[in-house]
Amino acid sequence: MTGHGATRQEIMVVAAAREIHDGEIVFVGMRLPLLGFALARTLHAPRAIGLFENGVIRDAPPAGPIITMSDPPNITGALACTTLLDVMGYLQRGRVDVGFLGGAQVDRFGNLNSTWVDLEDRRTRLPGSGGAADIASLAGRTVLLMQHERRRFPEHVTYVTSPGYGTGGGWREQVGLRRGGPARVITTLGVLGFDGSGEMVLESVHPGVTVEEVRAHTGWEIRVAADLRTTPEPTAEELAALQKFDPDGVWTRPARS
Amino acid sequence: MNPGEKVTTLEQAIARHVRDGMTVAMGTGLESAIPFAAGHEIIRQGRRDLTLVGPISDILFDQLIGAGCTARIVAAWVGNVGAGLAHNFRRAVEDGIPRPLAVEDHSNLTVALALEAAARGVPYLPTRTALGTDIARDHPRIRAITCPFTGEPLLAVGALRPDVTILHVQRCDHDGNAHVWGNLGVSLEAARAAGTVILTCEEIVEAEAIRSDPNRTLIPGFLVHAVAAVPLGSHPSPIQGYLNHDDRFYEEYHTETRSRDGFLRWMDRMVLTTGGHAGYLARVGEARVRRLQPRTPRLAAPVNYGL
Repeated sequence: MTGHGATRQEIMVVAAAREIHDGEIVFVGMRLPLLGFALARTLHAPRAIGLFENGVIRDAPPAGPIITMSDPPNITGALACTTLLDVMGYLQRGRVDVGFLGGAQVDRFGNLNSTWVDLEDRRTRLPGSGGAADIASLAGRTVLLMQHERRRFPEHVTYVTSPGYGTGGGWREQVGLRRGGPARVITTLGVLGFDGSGEMVLESVHPGVTVEEVRAHTGWEIRVAADLRTTPEPTAEELAALQKFDPDGVWTRPARS
Repeated sequence: MNPGEKVTTLEQAIARHVRDGMTVAMGTGLESAIPFAAGHEIIRQGRRDLTLVGPISDILFDQLIGAGCTARIVAAWVGNVGAGLAHNFRRAVEDGIPRPLAVEDHSNLTVALALEAAARGVPYLPTRTALGTDIARDHPRIRAITCPFTGEPLLAVGALRPDVTILHVQRCDHDGNAHVWGNLGVSLEAARAAGTVILTCEEIVEAEAIRSDPNRTLIPGFLVHAVAAVPLGSHPSPIQGYLNHDDRFYEEYHTETRSRDGFLRWMDRMVLTTGGHAGYLARVGEARVRRLQPRTPRLAAPVNYGL
């Protein structure tokens, strides 16, 4: 909770929405990115088009609340329903401007792991890539949404499910990835970008968050931008629009302990 | 086959076409139209050593793993779309309970390409996805290749031909010519790649209904070996126009199957002692199922195939 009453999740959704520019083709994803897409369409990107990996193409928010991208309200009123191979083909062809991703871990160079982690000397199996590796490999740029916790921000992920900038430098080009890579990491504490070598840099902290707090929750010595800012508060207009898409606060106002 | 010979019961379709050790593709539409009823029948008939194929398989694969039917998974994601992790999948991979499980990890696109290669009758298809990832490292079906035209690094995804693909569709005729609408995932590629296709459907309709809109016939009957009418056969996953997503079911399953004993109790109540899909729906609850059925029709504008 911040001074103006916006939750961290609301700040994250609004920050995600601001990453979508008008007219862009967006690989959307679920939960917070889905809300971000709805918000962007309403406020500043009325001509953005959303692709979903199950084959759905939409230019309007779903016709009702959804838990998965294949729920009926995401089909009703869609522009097109097709195959996974078709929408992934658009992605590989280079027609998708931005894709949203999450994962269990993200590292210094923006590589994501959603396959397995070691927790307390025990290997824990996670669900796996889904379409994340494809979006990370093939989209024009990606935006990652993460809980900012030390165990989720190791210096090196245990398994590269979805490629960021690999080991930095020209890694993507060397392995044959022709475009893309993470542009932003939006976390519960701040917004991070990447420098020319592909290393993560803290660009802004959310209202009420300190750099020390970010450092304490990051598994390496995080670089901080010279012009570090405070993430802009969601405006009244943004919060009102968000209220429309998440009226019960299922995604953006989780019960706080 | 003569007209109508493909129409059978779900029990017979599974008994005749799904055998121990087979490779079976299911849940190919992603989160919707998952053939849960067919999966439950596989559990009741006690199939063993199956290889399951799907992009994101949801809790159907978790159930078939927990029931001990599954030796190997070829998938991009195995979990619970409502609640995240799938407990049986974790127990099998981490502790070999109820039996060890081999996992061939993929991305959604590499699963689709593996099926598409088989569907098109070629040994592999090239892609630019997953380059540099640990998915592609030491993978039995993904190899690094150099493009013979441009010299670029690419990955080759080897063909994957399921013995059986099981789809749940909205409607088909007696020959299995199926009208499907909504997101398609990799269902078409999986059907085209498979040796045998089993359809469960909401409705079996007359051939005239299918022929009235041939562009919607996405599965031609000549691919199909068995057709079984299993209304609401995708529950708890949705099927457009017939059933909405049972959100609560995924949370309940997640909680109840947290322990091995909890899963065994769940399987006993919801699969082993139901006697079939009608009995399963009765256990879900008539009122609850009715609430999941769409109330407001949204009919498409007719299209004119006139001469």
